[in-house]
Amino acid sequence: MTIWPWLTLVGLGAYHGLNPAMGWLFAVALGQHRNSRRVVFLSLIPIALGHAAAIATAVALVVGLGVFLDADLIRIGGGVLLIFWAVYHQVYGHRHKVRFGMQTGMVGLGVWSFLMATAHGAGLMLVPVLIPLCLSGTPAQELTAAGSLVISLAAVTVHTLSMLTVTGVIALSVYQWLGLAFLRRGWINLDLLWTVALAAAGVILIVF
Amino acid sequence: MATWTPDPSFYPSPRMAMKAPQEKLAYVAAFDPDRKKPDAIAVVDVDPASGSYGSIVGQTDMPGAGDELHHFGWNACSSCLCPNAPHPHSERRYLVVPGLRSSRLHFLDIKPDPKHPKIVKTIEAEEIAEKTGYSRLHTIHCGPEGIYVSALGNPEGDGPGGIFLVDHETFEVRGRWEVERGPQELAYDFWWHLGFDTMVTSEWGTPKTFEGGLIPEVLLGAKYGRRIHFWDLHKRKHLQEIDLGDKYQLVFELRPAHDPTKAYGFVGVVISLEDLSSSIWTWYREGNKWAIKKVIDIPAEPADPDQLPPLLKGFKAVPPLVTDIDLSMDDRFLYVSCWGTGDMHQYDVSDPFNPKLTGKVRIGGIVSKATHPGAANGALNGGPQMVEISRDGRRIYFTNSLYGAVDPQFYPEGIDGWMVKLDAGENGGIEFDPKFFVDWPKGHRPHQVRLEGGDCSSDSYCYP
Repeated sequence: MTIWPWLTLVGLGAYHGLNPAMGWLFAVALGQHRNSRRVVFLSLIPIALGHAAAIATAVALVVGLGVFLDADLIRIGGGVLLIFWAVYHQVYGHRHKVRFGMQTGMVGLGVWSFLMATAHGAGLMLVPVLIPLCLSGTPAQELTAAGSLVISLAAVTVHTLSMLTVTGVIALSVYQWLGLAFLRRGWINLDLLWTVALAAAGVILIVF
Repeated sequence: MATWTPDPSFYPSPRMAMKAPQEKLAYVAAFDPDRKKPDAIAVVDVDPASGSYGSIVGQTDMPGAGDELHHFGWNACSSCLCPNAPHPHSERRYLVVPGLRSSRLHFLDIKPDPKHPKIVKTIEAEEIAEKTGYSRLHTIHCGPEGIYVSALGNPEGDGPGGIFLVDHETFEVRGRWEVERGPQELAYDFWWHLGFDTMVTSEWGTPKTFEGGLIPEVLLGAKYGRRIHFWDLHKRKHLQEIDLGDKYQLVFELRPAHDPTKAYGFVGVVISLEDLSSSIWTWYREGNKWAIKKVIDIPAEPADPDQLPPLLKGFKAVPPLVTDIDLSMDDRFLYVSCWGTGDMHQYDVSDPFNPKLTGKVRIGGIVSKATHPGAANGALNGGPQMVEISRDGRRIYFTNSLYGAVDPQFYPEGIDGWMVKLDAGENGGIEFDPKFFVDWPKGHRPHQVRLEGGDCSSDSYCYP
């Protein structure tokens, strides 16, 4: 088994963690509102769990469909879905209903994170990595349901831990030392990059 | 339309917004009280270093006549940086300008030429009525779910009034905001506490009761607005209503603290039926509920009936008629427009329950007709009305007309428009800038002022 899919999962986790819209900024804001560094850390837990749930949904889809469908079909279908999602994200990404505000509790924060990651297609973005990882057994070892489950769980965990680490480091640094002024220049349009990433993932799936 | 870095006029917190560069242009709504020629957004040069300082340097006419331009706002502002619903790469680029009488909604692009905004879209009243059931558009706020617009009634001119949403990118009407209206019927102003997920709304009256001017029987019967409402901002449900009592009429401008961690705000009440006084109230959080307390009383001033309009002769007094208030970005100074007496008051509201009067100027007024050093010919009519504060709190701009149909009830000789500016001291105190007096061109009257890049009633913030 090659290391590359795992490194990709780690890299995408870091990329998701970096995005203020995926949670660290919410954690910082809640910390500022409650005047508590503890709240910053605590908030990261539901944010990470919500993100993990969104990723797990994508993994479950890939693995679940893999039982019934041909891998090529999932690959092409996934690619089309990713490109569709990129277009949707570009056109309608700005108009999500706002359900959770500054008074939200930990459960609300988890649901918010799940919805945010899902709507942004965070899980879908991983599909090009998940297909080779979860659907193809190595030559020496046939793919089994149990093996697939272990690999799937490992994929979700690796990605989420990477996301949590990056988001946690940023949240703490911003809350403790940096402050929010840098957002005015530093908050580059990750949504645009995100759309490109989704579309690129879709193309990769279809072409390769 | 999305940018690579956030709009430079977006600030995470009010503290940071105070350090914004000084505004160079002001946008002012100007309307024709006779409804014959189109209303306009006038552009006033407010750059002291400019040769045309204190004069109108541009104007954009509306497509039709009879809008009654009144209040207006931006398509996007600092709340785009909120963590729960970020839209950091939208631009503060379009003025959203409703007609209070026509119910049309105009979108003006200021980017190509800030001195000559260009109308890029107009939504007709029929479309708004069909999609929302609302009519008579008043306050505009940019917020978490796009552009919020308050409307004072239905197309027939009755209640209920309420709020609807407009997409801040496509400018499509998205529909009625309220999910559960509760007992709320009358509408006027609204704003929110982003830190407490709370919307606050106030009350004027139904269009039928004000479009021909204030109706004395309705006023004396305490049938105009006297309540303030609190809502869940995200569930869009009515939570609580506070009735200020049957002697208080016309609950107008709402100014919540800019600091999102502070759960209080100020609201002005135009008139007390008991003694014609105006009052300022502070709402605040008490346990799990909102509460309100009167913190400022501004009495009527005795006057010779010969100098009073017919409506007031019997009372032998001129009411202050507080019709607009505005709170500085640091939540420290509250400005109070007394449109009847001609006073502009500045209060230190560092302690929101114990305001201290720290400054006062007088200009115009029903009886006083006080002048201004920059005015060419003496007695001025109208009084301090729509007031706007620069983000750093050092410059205060205001105009003198209230509402086409109400102006002649208190100023029967008509109102000649003007716009003035005050300079404010760092620790309080206000004085006229003698070089800033805009003698408004005849045919239009000025109303709300919006400052380039944002001001103290345009933006809300998610971070303290």
